[in-house]
Amino acid sequence: MNERIITELVESFGKLFMVGLRVTIPLTLAAFSTGLFIALMVALAQIARVPVLRRLVRVYIWIIRCTPMIVQLFIVYFGLPTIGIKFNSFTSAWIVMSLSIGAYCSETVRAAIESVPVGQLEACYCDGLTFWQAMVHVIVPQALRTAFPPLSNSIIGLVKDTSLAYSVALVEILATAQRIAARTYDYFWLYLEAGLIYLIFCSILTVAQRKAEAALERRR
Amino acid sequence: MLRLQNVYKKFGDTMVLNNVSLDVNQGDVVAILGPSGSGKTTLLRCAGYLTKADSGTLTISDKQYDMKKISSKDLREYRRRVGFVFQNFNLYGNKTALGNVTLGLRVSQKMPKEEAEEIGKTLLERVGLGDRMDFYPSKLSGGQQQRVAIARALATNPEVVFFDEPTSALDPELTGEVLTVIKQLADEGRTMIVVTHEMEFARKVATRVVFMEEGEIVEENTAREFFENPQKERTKEFIHKSTTWASMTEEEQAALEAGADALPDVIRHDADF
Ligand SMILES: Nc1ncnc2c1ncn2[C@@H]1O[C@H](COP(=O)(O)OP(=O)(O)OP(=O)(O)O)[C@@H](O)[C@H]1O
Ligand SMILES: [Mg+2]
Repeated sequence: MNERIITELVESFGKLFMVGLRVTIPLTLAAFSTGLFIALMVALAQIARVPVLRRLVRVYIWIIRCTPMIVQLFIVYFGLPTIGIKFNSFTSAWIVMSLSIGAYCSETVRAAIESVPVGQLEACYCDGLTFWQAMVHVIVPQALRTAFPPLSNSIIGLVKDTSLAYSVALVEILATAQRIAARTYDYFWLYLEAGLIYLIFCSILTVAQRKAEAALERRR
Repeated sequence: MLRLQNVYKKFGDTMVLNNVSLDVNQGDVVAILGPSGSGKTTLLRCAGYLTKADSGTLTISDKQYDMKKISSKDLREYRRRVGFVFQNFNLYGNKTALGNVTLGLRVSQKMPKEEAEEIGKTLLERVGLGDRMDFYPSKLSGGQQQRVAIARALATNPEVVFFDEPTSALDPELTGEVLTVIKQLADEGRTMIVVTHEMEFARKVATRVVFMEEGEIVEENTAREFFENPQKERTKEFIHKSTTWASMTEEEQAALEAGADALPDVIRHDADF
């Protein structure tokens, strides 16, 4: 490792980090929040036993879980334009990753909702609340607390999965590293650096998760 | 004031409530007694619309409702007029004691926060928890949790309060504080229906006793008459067994099992209150 590479790596570190902040993190947050919302709706549709919706939701989970994300990305980014629906790289990744989080987390959320004693729902009814009011004020907040550790794992997984968006021309961390390396042929070092950036982001999330869990624990 | 008429309920093939009718007057404290599985909880849950009866009518003051189906508007109004206290409290885990008491007022009745909290604080003080308002359920003892649950049930100032074995989930040394609160409500003239296994409580606090067995009301009387002068054989046997068994020595219990009738005269176990 010579001086030139060191200078180059220091320079590229800043670039990769900024791409992380501008692309990877926003994509993660957008996809995760949309996905969590989908997961909640899916879980509630199953719990509330809305007949048709329940069927649809099963099909949705089945399709998402049984097809690779990269194929889904290709369908949305390269496939849909042929029938006139065009999304840019970021939006395509956002859509696919939201749907993925929605499907994978819905089971987690559903189990967490069902772990809240049913007596609390009955108590809500006796207090005059409707099913949906009970969900919003009593059941879901407790469910999310229970689901917090597995959901944190999902968000960390998602940070890493955003690198798949490389395949639909999104200039994220990996793509940026690849571009820099293409000029200098220092693939080894740049991919190591890209890995390091993911390591940093995920470590920050891990620490935040631990802190948040402790804070939640204090509030019950 | 509250009248249940011809209530039927089946679970699968088992008849759990078989034509039960019950009349509760203003200020009555009705104790529902009976062996396990006799349908006491089911009756209370049907009256609280937590379980749908197969048929039956419910009248409260001037209003009459079908116990099989009710419009959501009627149900909302009815729920404001009754309170329900569960065996295992069912407090909201994400709300403080005060939050538990005020949730219904705020969400269902859209009452402003200050007003709801005013009511909540008064009620919590009345059940002796003025110093625990900001505690979450997990930080409260069972007895305290049940008292919060009672305060919650009283939030809408209901005309009738239902209790399903309010002390059965508690350690024996905590039952007293809960029964004291219920007795206090009885003394204030609150109309209540209490499913209980606490014979002493029924004896001292209830104005009327209903004895259920196999989904039917076997005997119904004033509390005094019920305990001092039970009419039915089955009732006599039940009173005798439940008042003596707990205070018997092991040999005596064994003797009872064996069918010996040389039992000591009523040995009572007094509750803590
Ligand atoms: N959800 C249910 N599904 C099927 N059977 C039920 C259900 N709930 C109650 N039962 C049955 O109905 C009968 C009456 O039950 P219930 O809980 O009303 O009795 P109980 O008098 O409250 O008894 P305990 O004193 O043990 O609380 C029992 O045989 C019980 O097994
Ligand atoms: Mg019961």
